[in-house]
Amino acid sequence: MKFTLGWLKTHLETNAAVGEIADKLTAIGLELEGIEDRAAILSKFVVGYVVEAKQHPDADRLRVCIVDNGKEKLQVVCGAPNARSGMKGVFAASGSYIPGKDVELKKSVIRGQESNGMLLSMMEMGLGDDHDGIVDLPADAPVGAPAAQVMGLDDPVIDIAITPNRADCLGVRGVARDLAASGLGTLKPRKVEPVAGKFKSHIGVKFDFPAGTENACPYFVGRLIKGVKNGPSPKWLQDRLTAIGLRPISALVDITNFLTFDIDRPLHVFDAAKVKGDLTLRLAKPGEKILALNGKEYTLTGSETVISDNAGVEALGGVIGGEPSGCTEATTDVFVEAALFDPLRTAATGRKHELISDARYRFERGLDVAAVVEGMEAATRMILELCGGEPSELVITGKLPEWKRSYTLRHERLHGLGGLDISLEDAAAILQRLGFAVAKDGNSLKAEPPSWRGDIQGEADLVEEVARIRGYEHIAAVSLTRDAGVAKPALTPQQRRVRESKRALASLGLVEAVTFSFMAREQAALFGGTSAELLLANPISADLDRMRPSILPNLVLAAKGNADRGYPDAALFEVGPQFSGPKPEGQQIVAAGIRAGKTGPRHWAAAQRAADVFDAKGDALALLTALGLSTENVQAVPEAPSWYHPGRSGALKLGPKTVIAHFGELHPGVLAKLDAEGPIAAFEIYLDALPAPKAKGSKARPMLRLSALQPVERDFAFLLDAGIESAKVIAAVKQAGKEVAEAAVAAVSVFDVYQGKGVPEGKKSLAIQVRLQPKDRTLTDAEIEAIGQKIVGAVSKATGASLRS
Amino acid sequence: MTDLTDLLSSARASIAGAADPAALDTVRIEYLGKKGKLTELMKGLGAIAPEKRKERGAALNQLKNDITTELEKRTETLNAGALDARLAAERVDITLPARAASLPEGRIHPISQTIDEIVSIFGDMGFNVAEGPDIEEDFYNFSALNIPPEHPARQTQDTFYLNVMTTSPGASEPSPMVLRTHTSPVQIRTMMSQKPPIRIIVPGRTYRSDHDATHSPNFHQVEGLVIDTSTHMGHLKGCLIDFARTFFDVPDLPLRFRPSHFPFTEPSAEVDIGCSRKGGELKIGNFGDWLEVLGCGMVHPKVIANCGLDPAVYQGFAFGMGIERMAMLKYGIPDLRTFYEADLRWLKHYGFMPVDLPSTTGGLAR
Repeated sequence: MKFTLGWLKTHLETNAAVGEIADKLTAIGLELEGIEDRAAILSKFVVGYVVEAKQHPDADRLRVCIVDNGKEKLQVVCGAPNARSGMKGVFAASGSYIPGKDVELKKSVIRGQESNGMLLSMMEMGLGDDHDGIVDLPADAPVGAPAAQVMGLDDPVIDIAITPNRADCLGVRGVARDLAASGLGTLKPRKVEPVAGKFKSHIGVKFDFPAGTENACPYFVGRLIKGVKNGPSPKWLQDRLTAIGLRPISALVDITNFLTFDIDRPLHVFDAAKVKGDLTLRLAKPGEKILALNGKEYTLTGSETVISDNAGVEALGGVIGGEPSGCTEATTDVFVEAALFDPLRTAATGRKHELISDARYRFERGLDVAAVVEGMEAATRMILELCGGEPSELVITGKLPEWKRSYTLRHERLHGLGGLDISLEDAAAILQRLGFAVAKDGNSLKAEPPSWRGDIQGEADLVEEVARIRGYEHIAAVSLTRDAGVAKPALTPQQRRVRESKRALASLGLVEAVTFSFMAREQAALFGGTSAELLLANPISADLDRMRPSILPNLVLAAKGNADRGYPDAALFEVGPQFSGPKPEGQQIVAAGIRAGKTGPRHWAAAQRAADVFDAKGDALALLTALGLSTENVQAVPEAPSWYHPGRSGALKLGPKTVIAHFGELHPGVLAKLDAEGPIAAFEIYLDALPAPKAKGSKARPMLRLSALQPVERDFAFLLDAGIESAKVIAAVKQAGKEVAEAAVAAVSVFDVYQGKGVPEGKKSLAIQVRLQPKDRTLTDAEIEAIGQKIVGAVSKATGASLRS
Repeated sequence: MTDLTDLLSSARASIAGAADPAALDTVRIEYLGKKGKLTELMKGLGAIAPEKRKERGAALNQLKNDITTELEKRTETLNAGALDARLAAERVDITLPARAASLPEGRIHPISQTIDEIVSIFGDMGFNVAEGPDIEEDFYNFSALNIPPEHPARQTQDTFYLNVMTTSPGASEPSPMVLRTHTSPVQIRTMMSQKPPIRIIVPGRTYRSDHDATHSPNFHQVEGLVIDTSTHMGHLKGCLIDFARTFFDVPDLPLRFRPSHFPFTEPSAEVDIGCSRKGGELKIGNFGDWLEVLGCGMVHPKVIANCGLDPAVYQGFAFGMGIERMAMLKYGIPDLRTFYEADLRWLKHYGFMPVDLPSTTGGLAR
C-alpha cells in the first residue's frame, strides 16, 4: 500500500517528520517497506529558462542553448528536438547525478562547443521511459526554483505492508486513523454531505441470485450522473496517482482509483449510454464471456458474480469492469456503482482467472460494510466538481449485512494474556480512538468494533489492539525457566539415536548431506518406490514428483554431481525420512550412506582401492556399535533389495525376522539408469527397526569378571569349498568352544582368504585365529592340542573343510 | 701393592679400548673370569700370612668393585651408542602426509548443527523435542490452525498436495493429504495427545511449492509451543530474547517485537534482531538496523479449542522460524539453495566436526 506524506496529511493533522511516521507505522503493525523521497534524489535540479537556443555550428541534431538557472546564464549543448528559446526546462548543473542514466554529469565540450550542464528528459530524471524530448515546464514556473517542487514530486512516497486482517488500512484514511490512535496526530474530521438527487435514474438494478448464494452481492448502490464532461483530471489528482504508481486515465476513472486508495472504497463507472436496459447482478452462466478493461477476454465458469445488462456481462463484480460499457473521453452520462461483494467469491473469481485488481484485493479482505453510501456520495461530489453534471437519486438494492457486535475485555487479560501493564481507562481510550464504541462495566470494557473492523472477533483481538497501539515495547520481558525438579532430557531416546547416528557417521569420515524428500518417480521406481499414493498432485517439476522410497538415489545423484565437478570420491550420508505410504506409519527414519569411487586419495603409504561391500558393512556395523547395540547377535545374510548387487550385498538381521540394515555395492544396472559411475558401496540402517533404547531403570552394567589366566591363541588354515560362507566356519568354532569344559572361545578372527595357485579349483583356503580363554588353570600343551582337534573336527563336520597341510 | 694399581690401570685401558659389547666381555673374562687375572690373585690369598691377609683381601675387593664399575659404565656407553645408531637408521621424513584414514574427513551439515544448537538452548528452558509426520492431513496443517479453506496459503501455488484423500476429524468431506507447509501441525498433534503444561520445540522438514533464489521447495523450520494456564506475552518476549542472544552469542543483541498477523495466533508479532548492513556485509548485533527472523504470538483461542482444550483455562505462545535462515545469519552462508546441493566443497567449508556437539554447558558450535 503506497501513499504520499501529503496525501496522509489530508487525513492526519500532524507535525511529525516522515521518519517518525515511518517508525510508528512499523510499531503499530503497518510495516514500513520503504520511503521513496524523490525530492531528495532530484534536489539538485532547478527550473531553467532557455534564454536562447541556436543551431550548433557543427552538428545538425544539436542546439546550443543559453540557460538561466536563476543565478547565472550558462551555455548548454542539447540534443532534444523540442529545445527552443523561451521554454522552461529542468536544468542539471555539471557535477550533479543523473538518476536515469546512473552517471555523474561532467562539464564537457561537444563538437567544439562548451556544455555546462544538461536539460533533462523524464527518463533522465528517473521518472519513466519518456525520452522523446526534454521536460517542458509551465511558463509560470519560477526560474531557479527546485524542479521537483514545481513538478509536484516533493512529496515522499511511503510504502507499507498490510497484513491480510487489516483491510481497513488499504485506504489512506484507515492508516491515518491508526496513526492518530497511536498518538502521532489527530484524525481530521470528515463528513460527506449527501448530494440531493435531481431525478430518478432510468437504469434500474436488480438481484437475481439462486437461493443460497444471495451473499454474493448483498448490497448495491448506484447513481446516474448526466451531462458530465470527461477529460484529463487536475494536476493534483494526477500527481497523487502517479506517485503511487497508477497511470492517470481520465477524470472519471481517476476519481474511482483515487477513492479506492483514499477511503478504501472501490467503485466502478459505466458509460450509461452503452448500458442496454437495467443492470442485473447474478452469477455468471457457464461459457459466458467478458472483454475486460485490461483488454483480455475471460470465459466464465458460473461461480462468478457478474453485473449484466441486456447485451451481456458488463462487469465482474468486485474484480474488474468490462470494455464495452467502459467510460471514455466522450462519455457524458455515467452510472456509478458502489457495492458489497462476498470476499470468498471475489477471491475465487480472481484466482480462477488470474485477475489481480485493486478492487479484488480489497473486496476479498472485507470492506467497511457501513460506508457504501458514503463512498457513493464522495464519488458524486468529486465527479460534480471535476466533470460537472446532474446526479440522480440513489438506486439502492439489497440490505446492509448486520455487522454490530460487542465483546468483553477484562482488565486482567491485558496483563494476563498481553503481558501489558495499562489502566482500563487508557485501554478504553485506545479502542475509542480506533473507532470502537466502548462502555466500562466494572473491571471490564464492553467494546463494539467499528464497521470497518471485521477482523475483530473476540477478546484476544481487543488485547492485541490495545497492545499494538500502546506498543509491544511496553510489554516487559519475563525469562522462561525450567520448572523446579529433576530435568527431563529434551530428546527422547529415539531422537537421541538420530542425533548420535549423524555424529557417528561423520566420525567414520562420511560427510552429511541434506537432500529433498522428493525425487523423480522413475528414480524412485528403481528403489522400490512404485506406489502411486506417494506421487505429488502438483510437483514443482517432473524430477521432484514423488516422495522418496529411499535416501540412496539422492546420495548417488549427489555423488554424481560431485564427480561432474571433479570430485569423484564422495563419502556421503544422510539421516532422514523415507516414505512407504502416505500415513504417518509409512514414514521411516533411515541412516543411509554411500562411498563412491576410491576410499581415499592416492597415498604413499597405502594402495588406493575402490570402495566395496566390506566398507559398507563396516560403516553399518560401526554405526550400530556406536549406537550401543551389541553386534554379537547381528547376523549378516546374503539378502538385499533389488537395487543392490546380488552377489555383493546383504542384510543385517536381529533374529530371523527383524532386518535392521542393508548394505552392499549398488547394482550396476541401477547405477547405469541413474547415469552414475560405479562401483558405489552403500548402506541403509532402519533406525526405527532397532530395538528401543532402554529408557528407564537401572543403568548398572553386568558384573565384570576378569580372568587372571593368560589367553592362548592358535591358528588354523582350512581348505573348503569356495561357496561356503566363512560365518559357518566361525559358528562351528564357537559351537565347538561351548563343548570344551576347561576353556572358552573368546574370539575368532579370519586373517586370510586365498584362492589360486596351490589351492585346488573350486576350493578356498580360510585361515583363522582362535583365542582361547582358560577357565580355572593354565592349560597344558596336550589340553590345547585336544581342544584344537575338537575345533578342527567341528569345522570339518559342519563345512566339509579339511585342515590345510 | 703397586701390582694392584698397575692391574687397575691396565683393566681401565682395556675397558676403554673395547669397541663393542663382545670385546668388552673378553675384557671382563680376562680380569674377572674363572681364570681371570684378578680371580687368580684372589686364589693366592690363602698363601698369605694371616696378619697381612685381611689388608690384602680388602684391597682386592676394592679392585674388583672398581673394575666392575668401570665395566658397567662402559656397557652403558656402548648400549647408548648402539641405540643412537639404530635411531639414526630409523629416521623418516615426517613431512610426508599422514595416514589418510586418521584424518577427520566427516562433517555435520549446518542444518543438523543448527537444530542441535536450538534444541540445546530451548532444552535448557524445559522444552522437549516433539515430532510429527511430513505428510499431513488437512485438519492438522490447516483447519485446526484456524486457516480456513479459502486462505491463500491453501492454494496450490503454496502447498504440495498428494493424490490421496483423507477425511479429517470434524470435516464433512475428504480432502487431499498435503506435505506440511510448516511444523505447526505438531502443535495440534501435541495438544490433542498431551495434557498441559506443554513446552515443546519441533524441528523438522517443511514443504512449499516455491523454488527460486530465496525459496526452497523443501526446507526446515523449528516450532515452539508453550501451553499452561498463565504464560503471557511477556514470557514470549523473554523466551525469544534469551534464545536469540544465546544463539547468536551477542549478549546485548536488541530484539524488536512488531505487531503482525497469523491465523493461529492472537496477538501476533514478528521479531527483528539488530544488525548492520554497512558495505553490503550483514553483521548481527546492536548496530541500529533491523532484520526479521521469526513470527510468533499467543496461541489463538480457536486453535486451543480445536484441540479439545478449554481456551478459558489454557493459554500460551507459539513461534516458528526457518532453520536455514538462522544458519545463514549465524554462519554467513549466502545462498539458501546451496544447502541441498550436497557439494562436497560446500559441505566441508560450512560443515561442522562431529565432536563439535553444541550444549549450553560446553558452549554452542565453535
